[in-house]
Amino acid sequence: MNVTSRITTLKELVFVGLGLNDEQGISLSGLEEAKTADHVFIELYTSLLPDFSMKRLEALVGKKVRVLQRFDLEEENGKLVLDSAEKGKTVFFVPGDPFIATTHVTLRMEAAKRGVKTRIVHGASIISAIIGLSGLHNYKFGKTVTVPFPENFSETPYKVIAQNKQLGLHTLCLLDIKVDENRFLTIKEALTMLMEIEQKKKLNIATSDTFAVGVARAGSNTPTLKADYLNELVTYDFGAPPQSLIFTGQLHFMEADALIAFAGAPPKLRSTVK
Amino acid sequence: MARYRQTDEIVKLMDNPTIIRNTSIIAHVDHGKTTLSDSLLAAAGIISTQTAGQKLFLDSWDLEQKRQMTVFASNVSLVHTLDEKDYLINLIDTPGHIDFSGAVTRSLRAVDGALVVVDAVEGPMTQTETVLMQALRERVKPILFINKVDRLIKEIKLTPQEIQRKFAKILLRVNTLIEKYAPAEHKKDWQVTVEDGRVAFGSALHKWGLNIDHMKMKKVTFQDIIDAYTGEPAEVGRKVDELSKKAPLPEPILDMFCKHLPNPFEAQPYRQPQIWPGDVDSPTGVGMAKVDPNAPLLMCISTIEVDPHSGTVAIGRIFSGSITKGKTVQLVSSHQKGQVQQVFMSMATDRVIIDRVPAGNIGAISGLPSIHVGETIAEDGIEVHSFEGLRYVSDPVVTVAVEPEDVKDLPLFDKVMHKLTTEDPNLHFHMNKESGEFLLSGMGELHLEITAYRMQEAGLKVKLSKPIVIYRETIGHDYTGPAVMGKSPNKHNKLWITIEKLSDEVIEAIKSEKITDMQSKDERTKILRGLGWAPDDAKGAVAVEENNILVNRIRGRQYVDEIIDHIKTGFREAVHTSPLAKEPAYGLKINLEDVTVHEDPVHRGPAQAIPMTWRPIYCTILLSNPKLLEPLMSFECKVPSEFVSSVITLLNKRRGKILDMPSEEDMITVKAEMPVSESFGIADILRSSTQGRAFWATQFSRWAPVPEQMQEETIKKIRERRGLPPTPPKPEEYFESE
Ligand SMILES: Nc1nc2c(ncn2[C@@H]2O[C@H](COP(=O)(O)OP(=O)(O)OP(=O)(O)O)[C@@H](O)[C@H]2O)c(=O)[nH]1
Ligand SMILES: [Mg+2]
Repeated sequence: MNVTSRITTLKELVFVGLGLNDEQGISLSGLEEAKTADHVFIELYTSLLPDFSMKRLEALVGKKVRVLQRFDLEEENGKLVLDSAEKGKTVFFVPGDPFIATTHVTLRMEAAKRGVKTRIVHGASIISAIIGLSGLHNYKFGKTVTVPFPENFSETPYKVIAQNKQLGLHTLCLLDIKVDENRFLTIKEALTMLMEIEQKKKLNIATSDTFAVGVARAGSNTPTLKADYLNELVTYDFGAPPQSLIFTGQLHFMEADALIAFAGAPPKLRSTVK
Repeated sequence: MARYRQTDEIVKLMDNPTIIRNTSIIAHVDHGKTTLSDSLLAAAGIISTQTAGQKLFLDSWDLEQKRQMTVFASNVSLVHTLDEKDYLINLIDTPGHIDFSGAVTRSLRAVDGALVVVDAVEGPMTQTETVLMQALRERVKPILFINKVDRLIKEIKLTPQEIQRKFAKILLRVNTLIEKYAPAEHKKDWQVTVEDGRVAFGSALHKWGLNIDHMKMKKVTFQDIIDAYTGEPAEVGRKVDELSKKAPLPEPILDMFCKHLPNPFEAQPYRQPQIWPGDVDSPTGVGMAKVDPNAPLLMCISTIEVDPHSGTVAIGRIFSGSITKGKTVQLVSSHQKGQVQQVFMSMATDRVIIDRVPAGNIGAISGLPSIHVGETIAEDGIEVHSFEGLRYVSDPVVTVAVEPEDVKDLPLFDKVMHKLTTEDPNLHFHMNKESGEFLLSGMGELHLEITAYRMQEAGLKVKLSKPIVIYRETIGHDYTGPAVMGKSPNKHNKLWITIEKLSDEVIEAIKSEKITDMQSKDERTKILRGLGWAPDDAKGAVAVEENNILVNRIRGRQYVDEIIDHIKTGFREAVHTSPLAKEPAYGLKINLEDVTVHEDPVHRGPAQAIPMTWRPIYCTILLSNPKLLEPLMSFECKVPSEFVSSVITLLNKRRGKILDMPSEEDMITVKAEMPVSESFGIADILRSSTQGRAFWATQFSRWAPVPEQMQEETIKKIRERRGLPPTPPKPEEYFESE
């Protein structure tokens, strides 16, 4: 092996998904990558891993894991990670699946610009978890949208639900989180906001008899699921975060059955679909 | 004769606009306004004739008394009888020092006529010109009083002929100014002449005064006056006292108010188009033209006082309708509603509670705590225009850092600062977020000194830094390259901008509040169209901040309306603290050319959109030959010719530029311009180098680029004071590649 090719193999950045609940969500191959890496980083601000422990993670990989803040990745353009990756094999742990519902593709592009090779070891994604739990068909989802905190008020979620619905599609609504401030938008808050927009827009998207599915802690050991009409759903106690919502489009009869069986949907739902 | 009246008698007069005169006394600093006003008050029986002239009754605040200088404008009402008819005179005494010129601007809105006082020895000075200009701009009709004539006789020993020649010279100068600043239709008929009785002269200190009518009536000649001042001191004292009994000062002055100044019926119709842009045919417009007490209410607030008994008291002129206790009113420019708690009129330093003040008068109201100076109070529930913004002649250019000596005083500090800045809109207070220091900006050293004294008076001990000059930042040329792109920190949003210089006319329109951030978009569009802007740009002007405008040129992109508020915030941040030295930007037109926005709202929130905006603004400013602007002030100094060289030396040492040096007898007037940064402490130097023989005045004139060779050093000093690295950033630091 000549010198240059050895250096190129050293320049490597591996994105490893952490899954949804704790350090146990890492795949065996992801763990192997971390064990053989020179540097290991993690970010924990894009989503919440309810039962995660840093100590246990470090024990598993057998080395120090450095935590990156939003600032390191956004303002500083991921300089820390990229500089390490230029020197040795670097693993970057990301909650969920590394490129779903995050903006980390920027980091991957920067790495490519510097001539650093990148690879991905996937993890379970919140998106597949929620869809799976709900029993709805993945084929029938439209655009996904995040409902932001009220201080960053936006009508976009309402509009996205409306667009999807017109095509008979379901909408997955992720709810905004600020992990560093320990703030999580709740299903109740999100519904209240959407129902307020309904007052103005009146497109029949979020009325008290609109049907929707609330999901809390998908991927953890205690997921909670409830499908109902909004007047009921706003008062339902979903427990701890993170939480999400699904607005349903045209339901297939199997979907309705699954919602009644697994999400406590009122049995009369069955009579609304063929 | 004027005599003491009961409140209810005055209240009756308020209902007859033909006998009301709303007037103000204006002059250069120290020319004798307050001494004169006190004499008028004494005549009205409000203070004794003995104390008038010595105590400066209208300078009711103890510091005003100590310094013999007016800081606030004060209002009084008095009654004068002429030809068996009672007149109600509302009089506002104003400050003369340029640092308090804001109070003059505000007072003039409330009055229709002004008595210009000129010191016979000094003649018309810088501030005489400024206050006269301010009055004429507001369509306030002037008359003249030449004061301190005793000095012409006692100190300079002029003969009757010489006195008359001196008067002629003052008149010529004053009339030239009237010609220059009066509205076109009054350039001729507002000229003041001795013959028509619109000019009086006398000694406010010795309480005598005459105009041509009273000279004839009382058969007093110039020689009689000179005689009164000749002889042994005791004899002079007796003779001057006699003169003041024979020709008491208030008579010609109050007569002139009644005879030569307009009543509200006459004045309101021609002042209306100048001060109020609303519809003249609307009920309120007609009410204003007719001074109708039963029309919808329209009042312009010119002064605010916060006092412990009544809370916030707002004083102003009622142009239409009436103010009554308990009335619900709208505060037009702040889009609020409120209820009038009490209605007052002013009697010297007292406020008297009354039931109602009708159109044509100056009145005061309480119960509207969030009101600001210049606000328009109108009838509730009607669509109405606010008054034209007040145009101040000076900008707050001197700043000090203040902090309470004891941190425990912070709540008190907050309260006192709120009171001071509400009462004095020319005082600006803000917190520097980076350094955590509280900065107080005012019109000059004196203004800040007085403010510090007022804080002490409120029981607050504060530490003040040395004066800091405020600079501005602008660009040397329009940015002509391809639009500069900014990326959000997550790199998923992009914004393209360009920057141009605003024209002087547009900057002037912002300063005079014709263009504001608060006005409706349609109104702003109309004004910008009128100033020559292209229709799309005029329509796209979405924010105005610190003499800068943000223009949204983006067309056909999604989600712009959802992030425009964050972009405005980014724009405001950039123009408040610009890249060279974190001083405010000046005269920039910032154009949003294009944008690409992430689909999902959480990936385009404020934390993303704000930096995406200010960063390319910084970059573009730095690419457009950025310039630091410093405040210049005009400096005018009258000295005996033997001292003129020391004035010139002083100016040379302090980057002063001499503009003109007219001479008159053996007095030379040095007219110059000098940077505010070089002006601290010139008072002492001028006094000692001219043996106190220089009369001088300064006032803010304009923003001008710091000389090229000094810019770097000046920037470095400001940056170091702020705890920043000494050199400004390079444009590359904010440049994003695709
Ligand atoms: N000899 C003489 N001195 C006068 C006369 N009138 C006023 N003074 C003096 O001039 C000084 C200034 O008088 P003020 O009445 O305070 O002048 P002002 O115009 O109100 O001053 P500001 O309010 O500070 O602008 C005082 O010392 C007065 O005593 C006068 O007729 N003759
Ligand atoms: Mg005064």
